[in-house]
Formats: sequence, structure tokens, C-alpha cells
Amino acid sequence: MRRSMLFIPGNTPNLLMNGDVLGADSIILDLEDAVSPAEKDSARILVRNALKSLHYKGCEIIIRINPVDTEYWMHDLDEIIPLKPNMIMPPKVSCAQDVKTVSDYIAKLEEKCGFEKNTVKLIPLIETAMGIENAFQIAGADERVAAMFLGGEDLTADLRCKRTKEGTEIFYARTRMVCAARACGVDVYDTPFTDVDDIEGLYKDAAFAKGLGFSGKASISPRHVEGINEVFSPTQAEIDYAHEVMETIRIAKEQGKGVVSLRGKMIDAPIVARAQQVIEMERAMFGGVEDDE
Amino acid sequence: MNIKTSAVAGTLESSDVYVKVEPCDQLEIEIESVVYNQFAEQIKKSVMEVVEEQGVTTGKISVNDKGAIDCVIKARVETAIKRAGGDK
Repeated sequence: MRRSMLFIPGNTPNLLMNGDVLGADSIILDLEDAVSPAEKDSARILVRNALKSLHYKGCEIIIRINPVDTEYWMHDLDEIIPLKPNMIMPPKVSCAQDVKTVSDYIAKLEEKCGFEKNTVKLIPLIETAMGIENAFQIAGADERVAAMFLGGEDLTADLRCKRTKEGTEIFYARTRMVCAARACGVDVYDTPFTDVDDIEGLYKDAAFAKGLGFSGKASISPRHVEGINEVFSPTQAEIDYAHEVMETIRIAKEQGKGVVSLRGKMIDAPIVARAQQVIEMERAMFGGVEDDE
Repeated sequence: MNIKTSAVAGTLESSDVYVKVEPCDQLEIEIESVVYNQFAEQIKKSVMEVVEEQGVTTGKISVNDKGAIDCVIKARVETAIKRAGGDK
């Protein structure tokens, strides 16, 4: 579970070096849009070396590879999978078969490297109209899928509409993605807010996404990470209440009580589930990635 | 492997390194760096490690370092060598 995912261009050494000090729970090392076709080879080797040498303490590592309809994606995986990143983000995923194609190739590489099956997870990037319509099939396409991510910029180009700060044009896509992901039990992440200087707008957009059910949000700027983390973190009051709920449940079980209440309100299954989610989020802050040290 | 064509990799931006490889009768390594006095030897060692890994026996490798860390230097040298190709 993660709150913020920060994009870092794969061919920019000074950003790659500092990926873990920018506050994001996850960093997405980008081999796709941030890298020109002439530099794909260079970025792939640089990212591979960075993963080999840099620790990225407390930070989950996601690699955005190139789309399956390009000549690059298999080369990307050949170099990256042996370094065991946490997740691979295939872009422009439009159907379940796109996920299976990438997953099958990762499985071959995992076997070759002697890794346990499904060590490397997938977070498909959905950014086409077809992808949105197939979101449920994509989320459930493979057990390697751990989350989904909505890409609003490419989507609006595909929808032939203008991308706005209000995001009315992606409202359907957002809600469909959340519903599909939740139905399949995977996390779901919202598209970046692209006006780097509009911090107030970022808070508003992130709060809206959280309200719809998103697990977190991606960012293209380190300046947005703090705001995203703040919006998607449970408040101290929510954390305290969640612990109170779980403690009340524990005591009730010990006493053999079937029905319990807290602060005058009956604690039913949805309240317990919500409390568990808050505690899980509390534990998972800062990426939930265990450090080796 | 002998370097048969010229190729470049990297940039002159801070924390990066610009690497040029070109044909040469022998193996030559030329280093320019903003931290030359402190790190020239380390940079040369990193370049040599990649040169050996890639099996390069002849060619000129010019490195213009702008404060890159070891893994970046190695990545740029590897990219330049692979781009240049060569005979084996």
C-alpha cells in the first residue's frame, strides 16, 4: 500500500540518484514517455545500474517500461527483472491479454533468475478508452496484478477532449477504475495533477480522488509529494479510533459478546473493515517496504 | 573487440558524464572531470572495468565527467561502447 508515487525520468542521473529523499512512498523510474526513442538504450542501462548500486531506502521501486506494441519492452524487462524491482508498470494497457503478455515474459525471466514465481508485481497503467472499458478484466487478468493506475493525459487525448483541472472529463474513468480495482481486491492510483505550481489545486484534486476511493496518487513533481501524502494519510483521530475499534472487538471476543458498541454506535463488519484498513495504512506509510538493514 | 565506429552517450549536465568512443590502433582512455584531482583514478578504474566486461581491446574512450557517480559512469561507457559496436 502506498500513498504517493513519484515519476523520475530514467535518463536523468541527478534525479535518479536522489529518488529516495523526495518523500514519495514509491518512485516510478520511467523508461517510457520521459525518454526519447534515441535514448531508450541509454536509460535502460542507467536504470539497471542505478538499481544495482543505489539502495533507495524505504522506497518502493516501480519501473515504467515501454508499451507492448513497441520493440523496447522486452529489452526493458531483460535488463530490469534480474534486479528484482517491486513492481513493473506496463503503459497503455487496453485489455487482459496485454497484462498476460507482460506477465508471461516476466515469469520466464523470474525462472531464469531463480526467483520465486510472481515476485515482481504489476501495476498496469490504464490510459485508453478501451483500457477503461476493460478495467475489470485487466484488474483480474493475472495474480501478478497488485494495483492499477489511471493515466488522465493520454486518456483525454484518446477521448478527444480537453484535460481540465476540474477533471469532469475523467470522472467516469476514475469511478470505473476504482470500482474495477476494488472488485478485484487490488489498489488503485489516480492520475498526476499536472500544474506543478498550483499546490491548492493539487490538494483539492487529491482530496477528490481520495473521496472516490483511490488508494493514492501519482505525481510528476517532487513538490506535490508532501500534499499527496498528507491527503492520503489517515488522521491521528482516525488512527486512534481504528485502534479503539479493534481493541473493543478483542475484548468483546474474550468476553464472548456477539454484539458490541463503541461511543454509542454498534460496531459492525464495515466499521471493523475500515478500522483494519486504517491500521494497515498506518503500518504501510513510507511505502511499507521493509529495509534490509 | 576493436571499436570500428564512433559513438557517444550521456550529457554534459551536472551529475552526468559525456562519453565518446572512436576507433584507435590501441586502447586509449582520456579523462576530463570537474573532480579530476580527487577522482581521476577512480573514474579510470570504472571505465576500465566496463571496457574489460565488454571485451574492448582497441579504441579511444574520452570521458568528460560532470560529477557523475560510479554507476552512471559505467552506464554511459557501456552505452557508448554498445552503440559503437565493433568486430570481435
